[in-house]
Amino acid sequence: MTNPAPVDAIEPSSERALITSIIAGDRDKFHLLIRPYERQIYRTALALVKNESEAEDVVQDAVLKAYRKLASFRGDARFSTWLIAITLNEARGRLRKENRTTFDSLDERSEESGDYTPAALTDWREVPLAALERREIRALIQQAVSELPETYREIVTLRDVEELSVNETATLLGISVSLVKVRLHRARMMLQRKLVPQLRLTAKPEPKRRIFGRLSWL
Amino acid sequence: MALSCRHVWDRISEYIDDTLDAQVRADVERHLAHCEICSAILDSTRNIIIFMADDRVFELPLDFSKRLHARLDDVLQHEYPEPREIGPY
Repeated sequence: MTNPAPVDAIEPSSERALITSIIAGDRDKFHLLIRPYERQIYRTALALVKNESEAEDVVQDAVLKAYRKLASFRGDARFSTWLIAITLNEARGRLRKENRTTFDSLDERSEESGDYTPAALTDWREVPLAALERREIRALIQQAVSELPETYREIVTLRDVEELSVNETATLLGISVSLVKVRLHRARMMLQRKLVPQLRLTAKPEPKRRIFGRLSWL
Repeated sequence: MALSCRHVWDRISEYIDDTLDAQVRADVERHLAHCEICSAILDSTRNIIIFMADDRVFELPLDFSKRLHARLDDVLQHEYPEPREIGPY
C-alpha cells in the first residue's frame, strides 16, 4: 500500500459549498475537503517538529481540530491557510509541551544588525533537481531546516516550503511584513551557509571523462 | 550606486523574491554582472529555495493517508463539527 496520488485543489466556490454541506451534516465529505492539502500540511508539520511520526501525529490532530472547528472558519482566508495555521499551532503546542524550543527574545532591531557571511563556493553553481532523488540529499535539507531556531524555521517553512506569500506569512505569524523579510533573509542565509559546503561534498557532478584511459593506446 | 559585496548579500533574499525597488535592483544586477562570488551565492541560495519547495524533500510516509482517513473516520462517525464560536482561528 502507498499514498494516493496528489489531489488537485478544489475550486474556492465548490470548497465553500463543501464546507457548508459538511456543517449541515454531510460529515463524510470532510475527507474530500482535506485530501488536496494532506501533503502540504504534512510538510509544514515535518519541517517544524523534526521527526516523521511526530509530524504525522501533528497532522492528524490538526485535521481533527479543523473538523471540529469547521464552523468557525470564516472564509476570509483561504481554507489551506487556515489549515496551516492550525497545523502550526499544533506543532508549536507539541514543542512547548516537550520544552524543546529555545525562546528567542530577539527584537526587530537586533535582528537587522546581524552580520551573516554566506558560503562563497563558486563550484556549487548548479545542483540539478535530479539530486533530490537521492535520500541523503533530501535528509541534509530536512536536517538543515530542522536545526534552525524555531522562529526562523517557521518563516522558512511557510515561505519556502509552503510558498505562502510574505503577507500571508506575516498574518499567520502575527508579525510585520518587514520582520518576515528580515527573518526570511536571515534563515535563508543560515541554510545557504550550512548546506552549500555539504551539498558540494555530496552532490558530486558526473565523473570527468577519463582522457588518459581513452588514450591509453598512445 | 556601486554596491559592495556585503550590500549585495544583504539584499539577496529580496532580490530572489523580486521585492527590491527598481533602482536597488539595477544596482544589485550591475554588481552581479562582474562579481563571480556574489553570483555564486545568489545561485546557490536560489537552488536551496527551489529544493525546499520540492515535494520530494518532505515526502509522505508510507500509508500516511490511509491512517489519517481511518482516524478521521472514527471521529466523523460520532461527532458533528462544534457550533460556531469566536476562536483563535
